[in-house]
Amino acid sequence: MKTKILMPSLSPTMEEGSLAKWYVSPGDKVKPGDIIADIETDKALMEYESIEEGTIVELVVKEGAENIKVNSLIAIIETEGSEEINVRKVDDIKKIEPVSIDNNEDVSSEEDKLDNVDSNVEDSKRHTKEATENQVLNELTVREAINSAIAEEMRLDENVFLMGEEVGEYQGAYKVSQGLLEEFGSERVIDTPITEHGFTGLAVGAAFTGIRPIVEFMTFNFAMQALDQIINSAAKTNYMSGGQINCPIVFRGPNGAAARVAAQHSQDFASLYASIPGLKVIQPFSAEDAKGLLKSAIRENNPVIFLENEILYGKSFPVNIDPEQVIPIGKARTISTGQDVTIISYGIGMMHTLEADKKLKELGISAEIVDLRTIRPIDFDTIIESVKKTNRCVTVEESFPVCSVGSYIGSQIMIRAFDYLDAPVLNCTGKDVPMPYAENLEKAALITPDEIVFSVKQVLYKD
Amino acid sequence: MKKISASKKDLLELYNKMLLIRRFEEKAGQLYGMGHIGGFCHLYIGQEAVVVGIDSIKENGDQNITSYRDHGHMLACGMDPKMVMAELTGRFTGYSKGKGGSMHMFSKSEGFYGGHGIVGAQVPIGAGIAFANKYKKNRSVCFTYFGEGAANQGQVYEAFNMASLWKLPVVFVIENNQYAMGTSMVRASSTDEMFARGLAFNIPGKAVNGMNVLDVAKEAAHAADHCRAGKGPFILEMKTYRYRGHSMSDPAKYRTREEVQKVREEKDPIDALRSILIEKHKISEKQFKATDAEIKVIVTEASDFALNSPEPDIEELWTDVYAV
Repeated sequence: MKTKILMPSLSPTMEEGSLAKWYVSPGDKVKPGDIIADIETDKALMEYESIEEGTIVELVVKEGAENIKVNSLIAIIETEGSEEINVRKVDDIKKIEPVSIDNNEDVSSEEDKLDNVDSNVEDSKRHTKEATENQVLNELTVREAINSAIAEEMRLDENVFLMGEEVGEYQGAYKVSQGLLEEFGSERVIDTPITEHGFTGLAVGAAFTGIRPIVEFMTFNFAMQALDQIINSAAKTNYMSGGQINCPIVFRGPNGAAARVAAQHSQDFASLYASIPGLKVIQPFSAEDAKGLLKSAIRENNPVIFLENEILYGKSFPVNIDPEQVIPIGKARTISTGQDVTIISYGIGMMHTLEADKKLKELGISAEIVDLRTIRPIDFDTIIESVKKTNRCVTVEESFPVCSVGSYIGSQIMIRAFDYLDAPVLNCTGKDVPMPYAENLEKAALITPDEIVFSVKQVLYKD
Repeated sequence: MKKISASKKDLLELYNKMLLIRRFEEKAGQLYGMGHIGGFCHLYIGQEAVVVGIDSIKENGDQNITSYRDHGHMLACGMDPKMVMAELTGRFTGYSKGKGGSMHMFSKSEGFYGGHGIVGAQVPIGAGIAFANKYKKNRSVCFTYFGEGAANQGQVYEAFNMASLWKLPVVFVIENNQYAMGTSMVRASSTDEMFARGLAFNIPGKAVNGMNVLDVAKEAAHAADHCRAGKGPFILEMKTYRYRGHSMSDPAKYRTREEVQKVREEKDPIDALRSILIEKHKISEKQFKATDAEIKVIVTEASDFALNSPEPDIEELWTDVYAV
């Protein structure tokens, strides 16, 4: 009987991938554990093993095909199992289909399965075609933007180097540093042991002498081990030395919730670092901001916390590819102008805000949206100017509510623009709980566009 | 290889430096008692041979980094006693404009990278300075000092691992003064062989009589050679002793008065060198008195300079938070 081989999900945030290589052809016999394909995601290249024993009937997706959605059909295998078992398997697959968006298979019998083959191939092709058509010269993912910022700055200044876990030979745990080892060599792209406290201190010491480390934390959750060196050594030494010893260093890596990785791996550290004098804190949303701001961060003479986001890594944005283009630290960007309310956000909060804005437009609400981009120092000029115009403000961020970035912005608006306010400033934040694992609870713990819409309606006194 | 010779001139220089540190620290203790120095103040009295011996074999460009017991390191590497004392008293003329204090002082021009207040934090930083030496392909060595108490910090071993893995030119100097604040080494460490703490990382180590400045200089020269030859880090365990409490506020109930007295009488590093100078180089009592007087002048001048210097302008509160 014929069984489907589906595109596997190989990481918590994977939605699609490419079929880099087929190791089998129609007619080949495979056993469980045999490698049948290389699947490439934006994070990594991984070998895909068969879980079936049988004969390959058809390779539905061609080698080299891109943007294949998770759980879509990639091949058909003739197995010897009973039909009953097979049907159950398909049902199981349907149940665990968490992220696939346009996989509309409704397969409950063998015939249906084969009927669907064609439409799936079409889906796959269509998707590939769309991606190619959308590809304009300056369209980059956030990941590519960060990579190019690092590469450009390393070309400009031989004192700039990258260190961290898996940044070199592995090509980056999230593929951000892909290709850098080949271009710059192991003296400037340095794989470290898993030793955050130690390599952070080591990088800080190197920076004290004037060379410019970029320290990649595999995620900022692991930087907790190195907080003493970041705060007590990197941030304070310029002050403690009366301006003699500065620390030109960038600490960067993914921050905030990814997907289903639970409490110890899901936290936005923006407000924590933003409270420390001596640090600068950046959290970009778009690829262009990620690139331009990272270039500024690398040229900066002070320690910079550069907070990236795993979910945003794969998102594409138009990017000015001029290597001279930098974006200054400390300047917010007004994404869209509006009259009724100011929404202030940063990082992935911007994604939810822009989604919410679509609904607000449907409701006839005109929002002015400000992307902070830099969390320390905060661009209050832009914020206050906007609030004086709209008289209402909602802040949006993924972090915990207590001592959040939004609560500080709210207090500053009260001090600087009290007479202009027509409603209290509301903060949309993550919930005040450690991140739960269960899918529904995780969703409930994070901010949503609906919550933003609700808050905006509240400050406008609308139902 | 830079070596310290046993010439009269060299020995007198070592003697003067050790004596300067001792007199300076005595003055600092006095100023603390008078309320001119605030906060924490950790004196180096008893341990002078360690930094003075090591400094004597340093080459131009070599760096130092240590913990908060740092006054001796600064004086040994040639920093101005006036500006050190001014910093201790929180004056604008101090090395950090009065914003660092006893534990946080730096001089990039003298290769002194602090002055660190968090136990053990200077160890990976020192390895990082050595990393930069290797990155820049210079010949410099970073002497990274820490106590036997700090040697129990996890980050020390993270630094050992990377320093050995990447063959960094760093000499880890463990100043074993036997007490981590009030806890003696036997109560805090599973082994009394601090020099062997790097063996698991293939870092050679040696125990040295840290009360003998000539032994210190000899072994430091050997360790620095090892680094400059590209062989990676070296550990020196300096067996030494501090006469005063951990800080000025330490009543030192964890050891007897007799124990301290015995070390002072039998092992004092300054007395030991003085004996050599008398026996081998026939330095007279009169000459020693003249030296004492010169040092007393330096220390008095440092104290006067500090106390006559202004506090930082209140506007200094807001400067140096960020480098320009």
